[in-house]
Amino acid sequence: MQPWVDFPASNRIVYPMKLGTFSDAVINADLPVPAGIIGPQGKKAAKRFDVYRNNVIVGLVGSLVDIFPSVHNLVGDEFFRAMAAVYARQEPPTSPLLFEYGGGFPAFLEQFEPVQKLIYLPDVARFELIWLQAYHAADVPVLNPDALAAIAPENLAETRFIPHPAAHVVRSGYASVSILSASRSGGDLSSIDPMVGEDGLISRSNYDVEIRNLPPGAAVFLAQLMDGETLGAAAGAAMGEAENFDIAAAITAMLEAGAFSDLHTNDDNGRGSTS
Amino acid sequence: MTQVASKANVNVDARFAQQTVPARAGAGLKANHVDAILADDYRIGFLEVHAENYMGHGGAPHRALEAVRENFPISVHGVGLSIGGENGLNPDHVARLKKVVDRYEPGLVSEHLAWSTHDNSYYNDLLPVPYDKRTLNRVCDHIDQLQNALQRKILLENPSTYVAFEHSTMSEADFIADIANRTGCGLLLDINNVFVSATNQKYRPMTYLSEFPLEKVEEIHLAGHATDTDDEGDPLLIDAHDRPVDDKVWRLYDIVIGQMGPVPTLIEWDNDIPEWPILREEAKRADAILERRASSYMLGSRHAAVG
Repeated sequence: MQPWVDFPASNRIVYPMKLGTFSDAVINADLPVPAGIIGPQGKKAAKRFDVYRNNVIVGLVGSLVDIFPSVHNLVGDEFFRAMAAVYARQEPPTSPLLFEYGGGFPAFLEQFEPVQKLIYLPDVARFELIWLQAYHAADVPVLNPDALAAIAPENLAETRFIPHPAAHVVRSGYASVSILSASRSGGDLSSIDPMVGEDGLISRSNYDVEIRNLPPGAAVFLAQLMDGETLGAAAGAAMGEAENFDIAAAITAMLEAGAFSDLHTNDDNGRGSTS
Repeated sequence: MTQVASKANVNVDARFAQQTVPARAGAGLKANHVDAILADDYRIGFLEVHAENYMGHGGAPHRALEAVRENFPISVHGVGLSIGGENGLNPDHVARLKKVVDRYEPGLVSEHLAWSTHDNSYYNDLLPVPYDKRTLNRVCDHIDQLQNALQRKILLENPSTYVAFEHSTMSEADFIADIANRTGCGLLLDINNVFVSATNQKYRPMTYLSEFPLEKVEEIHLAGHATDTDDEGDPLLIDAHDRPVDDKVWRLYDIVIGQMGPVPTLIEWDNDIPEWPILREEAKRADAILERRASSYMLGSRHAAVG
């Protein structure tokens, strides 16, 4: 028996508190400190309980700063932290893996009144989530360009590709690809017209995630290939969207970026070996 | 009591040398220190990683940890399992922890006496538990499950606390001692947490330490704390991990090592992280105490197992 624990007096019953009462009050500062939470010698614990409230929100806000560095950069530190605290209270994480947190942040940004004028911001946030997925994606060698060069010309149209786990095509009605690129590289944002729609490719050829702008038609082309369509079908779809689609440039970009890990043709009856 | 694999078991399929953590100073691994640690002439005793940071599929975190693990023993410290939680352990998270442990072969695996998940929400903080029978049973069940799943002993860390539960019926030291007795788990003694909690709850750190089962301690944590005051102006210490270890905590550490002998000792610094040499100096300070006390401590028998 220790002197420092305040034991319940024998003439009253202290009911165990549900931990949910504790966590509800931690996340919602409008709720009172739960009954049964005390300081030493049974004294009140308002400021003491606030340590938990503060730790939780500061911790989650810090995680959101790490997950969305470009949004943070675009709106400024003080504003971002205040905004992120609103989001964190509305939508705490559902997983102990914090790199999976923030899935609802782009939708939150679409609704959050003070940033309505930054119409590109939700797409920048979406791309940052994909960036983080790419950062943590499985380590898989990228497709060796020689493997494509080795395909017989008559089999090219029927060739299919295996997407690299870090590769994602992104599309925005705004200049969100250029804005994200410039923000991450410390580049100049003032020359970007945010109203020009853009497509991009997020990928990782070694350990560094990259984002690049895609020319007209290339997003459809790569998305089709990632869905398992043949090179011929993907090229057809791309030309359907953009008459000036440049297939040679698109293939060069996808090989440079490491968008795929493998390929196969009908005549090898499954996966080719390329490594 | 759960049957768990002994530390001395030999892993015949080991990928890495250095399967045990030495009774030296270690540091919490930070991504921006990796290159400096690998290049440093000072060879730190071990590095500790937060398990959750290595639960992604691949990429830079795993590349860095592979490089570190090839050169150093490591300990794996879980921060998200919510062992004190009411909803039961998340089996997916247990499986993820097992995967990290299997891959990196740590000498020590530890988690907290705390909770962080309730219903479907994860609060990313180490929230306190009441010290009563119901909670004791629940925590023991969770540790049994975890040790069975990992097929090894885990260490449980004492918390830093800012409040108490009115319906607690046991002291923290008794609560932790009971858990260790019932589950066979080892203990991770965070001496900064002892100092923070003792100040906040108005008891003497030495009283707590005298009641704590030191013979089951297999690792020590040291960290810095921030100082605030509560509503009545009483001191309120915050377990901030954002500065050097306080001199009062160093003195407690010296006493504890003098009592129990050298054990692996981690310097934690998780916020406002300094350059590597600053953290290294903290580690050297712990190393000096461990060396000085190596031949003059009170408890003797337990140290046959610590290598």
